[in-house]
Amino acid sequence: MRPFTYERAESASGAAKSAAETPGARFLAGGTNLLDLMKLEIERPAHLIDVGRLPLARIEETPDGGLRIGAVVSNSAAASDRRVRTRYPVLTHALVAGASPQLRNKATVGGNLMQRTRCAYFYDPAKPCNKRDPGAGCSALGGDARGNAILGASEACVAVHPSDMAVALAALDAAVETVAPAGRTRTIPIDALHRLPGETPHVETSLEPGELVTAVVLPPPPEGRQEYRKVRDRASYAGGLFSLALAGGRLALGAVALKPWRATQAEAALAAGATPAEAADAELAAARGTGRNAFKITLARRVVVDALEGGPTR
Amino acid sequence: MADPPVRAAPRATFQITVNGEARRVDVDLRTTLLDLLRETLGLSGTKKGCDHGQCGACTVLVDGVRINACLSLAVMHEGQQVTTIEGVGLPPDLSPLQRAFLERDAFQCGYCTPGQICSALGMLEEVRRGEPSQETLDLAAEIVPLTDAEIRERMSGNICRCSAYPQILEAIRDVAGPLGAGA
Amino acid sequence: MSSIADYALPNPINQNRSGVIGRPVDRYEGPLKVSGTAPYANEAKTPSPPTYGVMVGASIGCGDVVAVDDAAAKAAPGVKLVWHLFDQPPGQGAAGAKAYVQSQASADPVFVSPRVRYFGQPVALVVADTLENAAAAAALVQVSYAEDPEAAYAFEPAEAARRDNDPDSSIGEFEAAFAAAPVRLDETYSTPIQNHCQMEPCATTAWWEGEKVVIHTSVQMLKGPQHLVAETLQIDRHNVHLRSLYVGGGFGGKGSSYEDLALAALASRTLGQPVKIALSRQQMFNATVHRPATVQRVRLGATPDGRLTALSLIAATHCNRNAPFIERAAAFSRALYAAPNRLTGHRLQLMDIAVASAMRAPGEASGMVSLEAAMDELAEQLGLDPIELRIKNEPDRHPETGQPYSARQLVECMRDGAEKFGWVRRNPKPGMTRDGRWLVGIGMAAAIRGNFLLPAKAAMRADADGFIRLQQGMTDIGTGSYTILAQITAETMGVPLEKVVVEIGDSGFAPAPGSGGQFGAATAGSGALAAGMALRARLTAMAVGDPDSPLYGAPPEAVEFRDGLITVENRSETIAALVQRLAPAGLEVEGASTPAADIRQYASYSHGAQFAEVGVDPVTGEVRLRRMLGVFACGRILNEKTARSQITGGMIWGVGTALTETNRVDPRYGSLTSQDLGSYFPPVHADIANLDAYFLPEVDDKANPLGIKGVGEAGICGAAAAIANAVYNACGARVRDYPLTPDRVLAAMGAL
Repeated sequence: MRPFTYERAESASGAAKSAAETPGARFLAGGTNLLDLMKLEIERPAHLIDVGRLPLARIEETPDGGLRIGAVVSNSAAASDRRVRTRYPVLTHALVAGASPQLRNKATVGGNLMQRTRCAYFYDPAKPCNKRDPGAGCSALGGDARGNAILGASEACVAVHPSDMAVALAALDAAVETVAPAGRTRTIPIDALHRLPGETPHVETSLEPGELVTAVVLPPPPEGRQEYRKVRDRASYAGGLFSLALAGGRLALGAVALKPWRATQAEAALAAGATPAEAADAELAAARGTGRNAFKITLARRVVVDALEGGPTR
Repeated sequence: MADPPVRAAPRATFQITVNGEARRVDVDLRTTLLDLLRETLGLSGTKKGCDHGQCGACTVLVDGVRINACLSLAVMHEGQQVTTIEGVGLPPDLSPLQRAFLERDAFQCGYCTPGQICSALGMLEEVRRGEPSQETLDLAAEIVPLTDAEIRERMSGNICRCSAYPQILEAIRDVAGPLGAGA
Repeated sequence: MSSIADYALPNPINQNRSGVIGRPVDRYEGPLKVSGTAPYANEAKTPSPPTYGVMVGASIGCGDVVAVDDAAAKAAPGVKLVWHLFDQPPGQGAAGAKAYVQSQASADPVFVSPRVRYFGQPVALVVADTLENAAAAAALVQVSYAEDPEAAYAFEPAEAARRDNDPDSSIGEFEAAFAAAPVRLDETYSTPIQNHCQMEPCATTAWWEGEKVVIHTSVQMLKGPQHLVAETLQIDRHNVHLRSLYVGGGFGGKGSSYEDLALAALASRTLGQPVKIALSRQQMFNATVHRPATVQRVRLGATPDGRLTALSLIAATHCNRNAPFIERAAAFSRALYAAPNRLTGHRLQLMDIAVASAMRAPGEASGMVSLEAAMDELAEQLGLDPIELRIKNEPDRHPETGQPYSARQLVECMRDGAEKFGWVRRNPKPGMTRDGRWLVGIGMAAAIRGNFLLPAKAAMRADADGFIRLQQGMTDIGTGSYTILAQITAETMGVPLEKVVVEIGDSGFAPAPGSGGQFGAATAGSGALAAGMALRARLTAMAVGDPDSPLYGAPPEAVEFRDGLITVENRSETIAALVQRLAPAGLEVEGASTPAADIRQYASYSHGAQFAEVGVDPVTGEVRLRRMLGVFACGRILNEKTARSQITGGMIWGVGTALTETNRVDPRYGSLTSQDLGSYFPPVHADIANLDAYFLPEVDDKANPLGIKGVGEAGICGAAAAIANAVYNACGARVRDYPLTPDRVLAAMGAL
């Protein structure tokens, strides 16, 4: 790890201000992804702003019947909250499908959104990677990239976003609240938070420099079935090969793209009376494999169809 | 690429309570909780298996909650209470769970064992609090039944390469007490 | 030289008068392990504050180091030393040099050659005052390379060739018999690269006490590493005091040592301070060793009633060109089934990737997944029950050597296990059982693993405090060596376990080969028994010759050791009293065991049968284990508890082989793609449903004086095949490439 300076933030706006004013600053919350990457020197912050003790650890009702989950609420606390469990079970299911209990106890909701890809080539500093080193090239393309993206990828990057939680948030139509260095707050729809790689895969979100996520806001729970499914190589403690969140009529896919993938084409097809298979095909028409990950297209189709048809989850 | 550092890394001085003992420590900011325990405080019972949160060998309890000590900076724990395996029990005064691990042969090489034990202690508290796992069938229920499947899932953050999993399950069952009675 | 007939003669172990042998006692060192107070290599208490070394690995797969820029690293805070090709550790012996002719290792100097032989090979070392400073400075070392354009990074099984030192075994006329067989099977199976993933990364702590270097390291065998340090540092081997007190998993991967060993000793010599070097988890993947991939062609010819007429297994594998190693995946098949015409052998490709070496049950672990799946396929072709097919081809002698088996209960294991597991409920037609979303199936496989015995010594002493102390240059890598050596010592000397002290893991002790090839218990245990018998003889002679002893004048052959007493009929005294009187400083003797001269008269194997039930998700292709049972016959069991743990642990390795574990080489770079535990998947707890194992009673009095056989590796054998066969039974998908990941299962189901 490179040496860094450290401050414990006293307010969200102060943290944002400090982040904007201090070169090389990064927010530190749970640390479970940032420290992982700092040890490999993939992340080399000069200054850490610890937001972990900010008063953003509450889950509260919103006036419209939704929930606001503070950005430093732990993944475990979010999953265990009775309101989340009963009104947004898809979120609990997604949260407990991710990482391990120890990591979920430490990782925060905000940090979960901001975590970076687990692409093996991103993690190996000996290999070219446009995310680590813009312009270096993508070594995952043409490499051993069985887990990589089938939707929204580019020649510059075929990584996927690793979050389970974010897939559920996409299906729930959640939004994130942020505070900018000048103190300005704004609300960003979850679908607009993460960016597809395009030519600039190192730019991962729509956040401005220094902008801090302060909360996730859930709209009132949708009518209808909520479900999270995750396909993986190991029964637990493993990233997904594919995941799916269903919340009422909304559908989101995970492990297919560099962002949680809201399946708007499928939703539209279903709304127009399409069968589950037709809906899946509509969404996956644009899917492309880059080698060993080609199976994910078929896998995604099968799971989408099965989930829409109400196949048993156990 | 940034210029190489030529000055000493910044440090921090703070208080942290480890196994009930308040300690004042002065550490390089980069020091993880794991390295603070192992290298500075000489508490090497907490193990470094991967240093990246991928094995669970470094599991400790912070304010009663299990975490991976490797993915946390020591300075983040200023003022908190850390319990390591040495605080769980030392021979001959082993805790019931340590004795159960011994009697059930719930370890072989022993390297993941302190993490397994701390993790199991944290896990049982999580179940007492009714926290769900992906094995929890009824999210609305107040009480989580401690089935074998629940224990296995909840202990999956601790890899045992010797693969003492059946014996670890038996050991945890031995001490789970009434929690597991209705399972 | 003893004869194999001697093994059946009465001895304290096979008489087991105190009943300590076999008893499921808790692990000897268990209280230390469950409390975190057993010090592993990186945790050795140093006489003064340690410094910390971090190694820098090559970022190419094959080529030469051409330049190193260490200026930034040397200028970094706390840095005490930076070594590499252009600033080499001083005082190293020339590569291959041996000052002591009987050394078990030659000098292996570090950073003296520009050659990079595999990705991740250490090319520089940084030592600093703290771990944080060392790691940060190591990242500042800039190494330039010239990559070798001829490097071989891709495994091409067709290019693998037979090696002179590993000829094919050919019996009868395989090709003709296979061509003429009424029923034929010809299939190819593959297994991937696997990593040991010991939970404790390799590590060394070293410091100097005058001329002598004290080293704590994590290895399975002591002599080789001790001699390597002596030859590399050009010092007398007696000045290398190497300890490996607790080893956080070995599985073959710590059968050799790595650069941390010599570098810690060298850096400590240069700095005059203790040095600790641990490999990172990432370094454990590319910079240690792995089980190489195999591609195996199995051909079976049979009569319509299920008798094998032709059997062939040809296994292609790979290794690093500088470290020849053959994963002998076909070897076991020479001992398993009868067939008059046979052809088995190995093909090897030399590559420029990480070093291949032994991993738990080398050979069997890879090979049994092909032949035992093929037997399942053949049984289906023949319309026979898979167990019946195996029983029909049970040999009465070793099918190739003609040796009788020392003990063989393979059929008994299969029959007993079938009953306990409920094999009768298996529907031979696949895809017929459903439970919720899961298709459920069961499968089985046979297990066989060679049993070995090597020479070993041990020292045993009786002290005036009444304790019997065993000292042996043995290791305990989680296998239970401490515990079974304590039991053997207690039973041999007739003292309670509480009066036994076992000290191992020290190069200064009487040497035993260490842990590997599941020979540890038999080998070290036979040495301990020999030491105990020598101690008994000395104590007996002292007692019967001492006028102050109640045993004075008794015939030595009538003397017994039990309950802490040395006794003849109704005359007795305690061992402690005798020692206090005649050897107040304690009495120490050394014993040695060597394998019987005629031990090869018999073929000696551990045997077993594996049964598995799995669920297959027909939508996703995911496979989950539902239950598993192993039945084993491994001679006398020294400790029912630790032996069961060894077997169930091995079976779970089989689950990993079947379902989750795989690594791959990126042929563009020569590196393993999975370099951490976030992408290489040993099974986690949730992967393991109800899994158990038990032993059939067996005494193998042709194997060794203890009548035992290895249990450490038997459990993995056949386990993955049982699961693959269960997957087929569940869903009709025959996956011949391991592991059976969702994509492969879907493909085999015709979904892709």
